[in-house]
Amino acid sequence: MRTPFFAAVVAIVQKDLRAELRGRDLVGAMGIFALLSVLIFSFALELDRVARVEAVSGVLWVTVVFASILGLNRSLALERDQGNLDALLLAPVRRGAVYVGKLVGNFLFTLVIALLLLPIMTVLYGITLFIPALLLTVLLGVVGFTTVGTLLATMTIQTRAREALLPIVMMPVALPLLLTAVRASTGIMNAAAQTTWLPWLGILVALDVIFLTMCFLLFDYVVEE
Amino acid sequence: MPLIETINLTKAYSLQPVLKKLNLSIDAGEFVALLGANGSGKSTLLRMLSGLSRPTAGVIRIGGWELPREVESVRAQIGVVGHKPLLYETLTARENLRFFARLYNVPFDDAVLHASLTRVGLAKRADDLVRGFSRGMQQRLSIARALLHKPDVLIFDEPYTGLDQNGSTALDDLLRSAHADGHTIIMATHDLDRAAGLASRAVILARGVLSKDQPMDGIDGVALSALYQHTAGA
Repeated sequence: MRTPFFAAVVAIVQKDLRAELRGRDLVGAMGIFALLSVLIFSFALELDRVARVEAVSGVLWVTVVFASILGLNRSLALERDQGNLDALLLAPVRRGAVYVGKLVGNFLFTLVIALLLLPIMTVLYGITLFIPALLLTVLLGVVGFTTVGTLLATMTIQTRAREALLPIVMMPVALPLLLTAVRASTGIMNAAAQTTWLPWLGILVALDVIFLTMCFLLFDYVVEE
Repeated sequence: MPLIETINLTKAYSLQPVLKKLNLSIDAGEFVALLGANGSGKSTLLRMLSGLSRPTAGVIRIGGWELPREVESVRAQIGVVGHKPLLYETLTARENLRFFARLYNVPFDDAVLHASLTRVGLAKRADDLVRGFSRGMQQRLSIARALLHKPDVLIFDEPYTGLDQNGSTALDDLLRSAHADGHTIIMATHDLDRAAGLASRAVILARGVLSKDQPMDGIDGVALSALYQHTAGA
């Protein structure tokens, strides 16, 4: 009777990718926002090299987080506006599969934006950001933000003030992730000793696991009327 | 044994009761028109029958499965068409059906999808984006989507909303055809003429309670309208 979990996840992810490749509703808006954001920061922060290294990590994560919020809002709004969230929930699939399907799509779109930011910021700020450990930090950070964001956007999208509400409810929840990601990134960009930033990466992994488990379990209650 | 049964079904939002101790039995093959004024509890009942909303109290059984405990088994037996199309506008008609077929774990080869689209008269528009479809075409595709997994029960929530005359007539034909194929149909509507012409039974809700449960034998639109005025407090 029930559609297998991973078959449902793959169907939802492929549907989101196909719709996005055709419409570019999410990545287009997120990309333009992210580009404008790093450009404005680059004009505003005319700093010496040391201060710049300290600031770039914050600029990267602030941009990724707000671009991700923009994408999450649009991603869930597209489901909500045509009643498609109901269509997904009407199917004989575990609701967790709907959550994971939406999460994977949101993760991929946000990761694309984060990875596109790295060469742009390398040019604008004159600091190379192509460091394997930094790429790993970006990957883990994006997993965490989209994990929390997908759940919270599913909640806020059902309210009238949805676009304003998501950042308000998301920031307090995602703050530990943001602080950890910024600390780890700053250490890596400063070429600090591994012992200074590796523990932050460990905390990031732990937070990802906690958030993934919690959000997966809570999704049933969020979509329940 | 009825296909659909509700026993003392109650739903309240923030202590405000919307549906009060509803007892209803629907046999396989019936076409039930669910009537009532706005706020009478029609959509709430349909959302509970389709597993989208939990009852506050009472029991729902569909095909022997009990809601909400066995909701996934019930979902596999239900097709829902609402006043929103429940389709993806950035996908083509064929892509929409393929996606929902995968979600319902039914075969989705081109022959199956083509047959579904032919049934609703959209085979020639199979590769067009749903965004470019008229409201009537979207509603027909929505019916194809709801029928994909061959559900026992079809639930329609005000399906005529926004349809022009041609679209409404095409929807009439599809509803008759689905009923003739043996699907049990529950349709919430405000269109009493259509309800009288299509349904085998009228269930009228008023302020969350069952006000009238009446076979349609010999009842035309005028008689149904009179009955509705009398029982629904319209």
